[in-house]
Amino acid sequence: MDKDLFQYLLRLGDNTLVLGHRVSEWCGHAPVLEEDIALANTALDLIGQTQLWLGLAAEVEGAGRDADKLAMLRDIWGFRNLLLVELPNGDFGRTLMRQFLFDAWQVINLGRLMKSSDPRVAEIAAKASKEAAYHVERSADTVVGLGDGTAESHARMQAALEYLWPYVGEMFVGDDVDAALVAAGVVPDPASLREEYDAFVGRIFATATLEMPESRFTHKGGKNGAFHTEHLGHMLCSMQWLQRAYPGASW
Amino acid sequence: MKNEWPLWEVFIRGQHGLSHRHFGSLHAPDAEMAIKNARDVYTRRNEGVSIWVVEAVNVSASSPEDKGAFYEPSNSKVYRHPTFFDIPDEVGSM
Repeated sequence: MDKDLFQYLLRLGDNTLVLGHRVSEWCGHAPVLEEDIALANTALDLIGQTQLWLGLAAEVEGAGRDADKLAMLRDIWGFRNLLLVELPNGDFGRTLMRQFLFDAWQVINLGRLMKSSDPRVAEIAAKASKEAAYHVERSADTVVGLGDGTAESHARMQAALEYLWPYVGEMFVGDDVDAALVAAGVVPDPASLREEYDAFVGRIFATATLEMPESRFTHKGGKNGAFHTEHLGHMLCSMQWLQRAYPGASW
Repeated sequence: MKNEWPLWEVFIRGQHGLSHRHFGSLHAPDAEMAIKNARDVYTRRNEGVSIWVVEAVNVSASSPEDKGAFYEPSNSKVYRHPTFFDIPDEVGSM
């Protein structure tokens, strides 16, 4: 049970850690100042959530590690994030589309986790859900603004959606870890979130004049650690180099 | 630049009971995004409980050239300050 919970918490924490780092790569590079600050805020929120999830993961593991060690001293095969969040940023449109696809799932999943039978999980979910609610409002607005914008922004958003859609299904694929925790009332069944998710993103895409792909094919392997894309290793190189080069450095 | 987003003036209420104060200005495609941008730019350190935005073109302002006619006449009218009255002690602080 604790083993399963540890895995599940790594998944939540690694999602926010990896996406938070990806989003932070925009810092100083976003197309306008206001978006730059907004993206940096989102990245910081996600890193904050990571501290909570990985902090609890370390506590559940009970092996003397802490959130920092889990974040900075695991290699690729130890990561349990969805493949979606490790994909490179691409253009601004693809970054915001990836953000929206994640936020939409995140806000639904956190809503369910708030009713977890484990009060520690429920508490973190309640705190994170307020940030997630703002994130999804903002990313949905941007998807609508760019999707229903100029011919060029529309084309870029449609291309981003088609590129990213095959990574969405992994959110809803359950395994033994999920099953054990679902049985104990700790987490929701991943598959049970799909209907609400599709209805929500479908509504936003309709407003954004974007066509939702029909295919249900999905890349997977991120959340169970079986297979990551080639991009994660490069990202970890830049994220972890300081702790690797100067172990234990702090300020 | 023609493609620039319009400019918005941002007013933020710091606490309940205080009035909104001008905080700065930013660019956004519409009012809703202007409020979101204001939230991200100006309230990230917990500065506010309410945000107003006004598109800058809708602000009418006095002209700097009018400064003489507008403001100088009141320079010499010290009697408009209520400092010439003796306030009885029993009134307390005003």
